[in-house]
Amino acid sequence: MKQMKNKNNHIRWWFLSVVIIAYLITGLINKNIIASSFIFFFSIIKKIILVFIAVFILMVLTNYFFKPRKLMQYLGKNAGSKGWLISIMGGIISTGAIYMWYPLLNELQKKGMRTAYIAAFLYNRAIKPQLLPLLILYFGLAYTIVLTIIMIVISILQGVIVEKFVGVGKSG
Amino acid sequence: MKTELKKALVKSARAMYKSLPILLGVILLISLANAIIPKAVYASFFRGNPIFDSFIGSTIGSILAGNPITSYIIGGELLKQGISLLAVTSFLVAWVTVGIVQLPAEAMLLGKRFAIIRNITAFVFAMIVSVITVVILGAL
Repeated sequence: MKQMKNKNNHIRWWFLSVVIIAYLITGLINKNIIASSFIFFFSIIKKIILVFIAVFILMVLTNYFFKPRKLMQYLGKNAGSKGWLISIMGGIISTGAIYMWYPLLNELQKKGMRTAYIAAFLYNRAIKPQLLPLLILYFGLAYTIVLTIIMIVISILQGVIVEKFVGVGKSG
Repeated sequence: MKTELKKALVKSARAMYKSLPILLGVILLISLANAIIPKAVYASFFRGNPIFDSFIGSTIGSILAGNPITSYIIGGELLKQGISLLAVTSFLVAWVTVGIVQLPAEAMLLGKRFAIIRNITAFVFAMIVSVITVVILGAL
């Protein structure tokens, strides 16, 4: 078990190393690409730093208040419609990039959050109330309403399908 | 109570630290892809066949990552260039639901099997959602 954890830790750092090597190679070919990549990189960091802090606070609160048994009540395999509602609403109101939420979902998964709810949460991350006016501006009101409703319904279907293949609990 | 809070803080900090190399790697990858691929390239992939274009829309949306606002702007431009609403919807939905760039991070933190199946189903659903949306809008 400990060996597997160490291996996972190594993979994480290897992944970052590979990306840095890709940057070095690109930099040797074209320095301008690296310059604009870094400008974009820091603009993302600036945007997500607050979300990062918010996610950390949420993680602390979850670890403090929600012991596995309590969490199972809301997001476990017997949570039912309450679980769907929480994961759909959670996905919709959560802000920032999707990958910012992986650590928190990983913690919730360890505590027993149902696979289907994790998938539904991630799918509903696509619906952002603050961006809806922009979507309306580009594609119209009818399009925005229809697309949003369909995506919420599909998120449940996707959650069920993913769970069928992966299993209810922690996936390997 | 203090000990419990300290425990929660340490546990969360440890989890965040573990995620750090993955998050940084993903953001660096997104930034590199954004700098390498010019926006005008996307329209050249579409051929005018609704089914094929829907597949292409879903594929491009899956590969690219970033703020949804960027996808609205590209989607709007594609529509102006005559690309079908079916293809553009597939593109928009896949952009926000499928993440090839984030896949390593998702696999490491939520499980390989979960990440692969979630992304494959999201890819297929991007096309299904686009068909249902366009059919309903046509009927309205």
